[in-house]
Amino acid sequence: MKVTIANLKKGQRALIKEITSDTIPLKLLEMGCLPGNEVQLLQTAPFQCPMYLTINGSHLAIRKEIASQIEIEII
Amino acid sequence: MAKQIKVSLIGNPNTGKTSVFNLLTGLNQQVGNYPGITVEKKEGVCKLPRGVKAHILDLPGTYSLNASSLDENVVIEILLNKKDKDFPDVAVVVSDVENLKRNLLLFTQIKDLEIPTILVINMADRMSRKGISLDIPLLEKELNTKIALVSARKNEGIDELKKLILSYASIPAKPCVDALTFAPEYFDRLKKAFPNQSIYKLWLVITQDVNFRKIDKKKPAVPPDFEIKSESELKRFQQKETIKRYQFINQVLKKGLIIDEKAATGLRARLDRVLTHKFWGYFIFFAILLLIFQAIYDWSSYPMDLIDEAFAWLSETTKSVLPSGPFVDLITEGIIPGLGGIVIFIPQIAFLFLFISILEESGYMSRVVFLMDRVMRKFGLSGKSVVPLVSGTACAIPAVMATRNIESWKERLITILVVPFTTCSARLPVYLIIITLVIPDEKVGWIFSYQSLTLMLLYFIGFGAAVGSAWILNKILKIKSNNYFVIEMPGYKMPMFKNVAINVIEKTKAFVFGAGKIILAISIILWVLASFGPNENFSNAEEIVTSEYVDLSQEELDQKIASYKLEYSFIGYAGKAIEPIVAPLGYDWKIGIGIISSFAAREVFVGTLATIYSVGSDEEETIKNRMASEVHPVTGNPIFNLASGISLLLFYAFAMQCMSTLAIVKRETNSWKWPMMQLIFMSVLAYVIALVAYQILK
Repeated sequence: MKVTIANLKKGQRALIKEITSDTIPLKLLEMGCLPGNEVQLLQTAPFQCPMYLTINGSHLAIRKEIASQIEIEII
Repeated sequence: MAKQIKVSLIGNPNTGKTSVFNLLTGLNQQVGNYPGITVEKKEGVCKLPRGVKAHILDLPGTYSLNASSLDENVVIEILLNKKDKDFPDVAVVVSDVENLKRNLLLFTQIKDLEIPTILVINMADRMSRKGISLDIPLLEKELNTKIALVSARKNEGIDELKKLILSYASIPAKPCVDALTFAPEYFDRLKKAFPNQSIYKLWLVITQDVNFRKIDKKKPAVPPDFEIKSESELKRFQQKETIKRYQFINQVLKKGLIIDEKAATGLRARLDRVLTHKFWGYFIFFAILLLIFQAIYDWSSYPMDLIDEAFAWLSETTKSVLPSGPFVDLITEGIIPGLGGIVIFIPQIAFLFLFISILEESGYMSRVVFLMDRVMRKFGLSGKSVVPLVSGTACAIPAVMATRNIESWKERLITILVVPFTTCSARLPVYLIIITLVIPDEKVGWIFSYQSLTLMLLYFIGFGAAVGSAWILNKILKIKSNNYFVIEMPGYKMPMFKNVAINVIEKTKAFVFGAGKIILAISIILWVLASFGPNENFSNAEEIVTSEYVDLSQEELDQKIASYKLEYSFIGYAGKAIEPIVAPLGYDWKIGIGIISSFAAREVFVGTLATIYSVGSDEEETIKNRMASEVHPVTGNPIFNLASGISLLLFYAFAMQCMSTLAIVKRETNSWKWPMMQLIFMSVLAYVIALVAYQILK
């Protein structure tokens, strides 16, 4: 099974793997969600959505649907 | 006059771009709109050394030149068009030292446009606290630019920035990175097709529509033999471009930016732990809402009472000082009460914008978006709908415009359609005056009174109506749209007094002058209609009444004459004509006129009643007292009783009575279909609910 940002537990860190889908909004890439960058889950709202992350030093929140499309490698 | 240097301020949201703008221009600024669209245009004049002036344009905040909203698109439209009158001599990119990496993405894009570009690194005062150190000469060399290290909060570095602007001609205008190297074949062909143009600009024009559907297309013609890539391929290219840019930025910052993690203090993390907490987060949010309502109702009632009395006094004094005549009557009975109806709004609007701008400035609003997204999605809305719904409590117009950063069109449309249900400040005077008339002034417990609870209930009703209709619309509307959602969670900042103050003043001014014009015009028209009549019944009122009631005192007689005149004036006839429609709701013809006139804007209601009731009355009285003394001609009961009062409150809670909102919805949705649907749905709903309420309570 693919491991994605949606699988992260609170406080866990990971590295973003290749971004393959063109359904991932460009804005997310522009905010630093790029292959090789580090991502950490800081907090989730109730029911794990949205997810409050820090990616590449940027703090942002995304919904689980998008989070589950971004493959990661947990470190 | 010497030529002004044209400067565009560009930057990501939350970088303190507006603070820099406020520091450069002071109060020397104006807010308008870009021609044809409703994007707010802020511009101002800045005095530079040696008597030179600069015209500063504060462009909407954007994360990149790949626009995904109307606001962001403005930036590209201006920067791509050399003939645009706002095309800058020099671009100033404002960045935040803590998010330099991300902010530089936009910077490298602006550089590619070959405009002289200055880089402002703002919030320099936070550097030591965050353990950040910068090698400015190295960054200037690598990025091929001039850097101004600024702390808008401490008012540091602005003079250096001004000097750089003054010397704009010597600021480098060449790109710092070639990001379009990932598909050499494609870009070579592009270059051949348009030999005289900048490749990056062409690329921007080609990809502009990928993320953002423009309403009007003004594309330069692409030669027919040029192969157009599919949308999906273009998106891939954009991803690759972004990666290239970040590679460059990372490489530069590796040398030029050092972060000592140990020196960083974790205030953000600690605050976030509480403010985004699964329980305390919501608890704090609702506590803040409660505080806002309390402020609007309780705290602002003191200045409002003063204003109300001041205008009654002003009207009275003018009347006694100036010689009597139709012109003086127009001033004392038409214009002054009409103006009073506008000015009385100021305390509440100022309070609302004060709270909203503090919440925005401090970075807290993003946490609310985060907390509420899941809940709002159940109703077809987005977490980002919370900001419009909260700003809707000030005014629906900025609220509708605030929906622009909602990515999903369906969620955005639903938000636009339901926002007018939230209790805007224009409803407040109507609520306040009716609540004081019909709800007893008694306390429950020790803080809350029945009156303020009623007001809060009305806010909940408005919010409930908004959320309820959103739920229905979500089921009905069959619109396919993406459901992505990205929100930046900015660091917490102490709101800057200057920014908050300017915002409150600007917004209040816009409301007073915008709404004021309509209200003033309507009060004058109403006064004319109430002061003249079509037939002898009006002109001979004095004789008719005097002969009918012989044994009345002079004072009672005057009152009878006044009301007789009003009844047979133009407005009286108009009111009588619609009385059958509003009678089942418990209203008389005077309230009917109030409702008709408030179809232009609801805040007109109080002004209208003020005008109607003050026509012919000589005593110094507040609007409230005049309304309280109105009795039904047949039953002798007060017109404003519990049943008619509640019915009126509910009518105003649901009805769509604001032409400006309809106009803005038309603009934002680009169709008359949605505003018309809003108008019909809300009006019918308001009528039915008010009818039911009156019939039950009467």
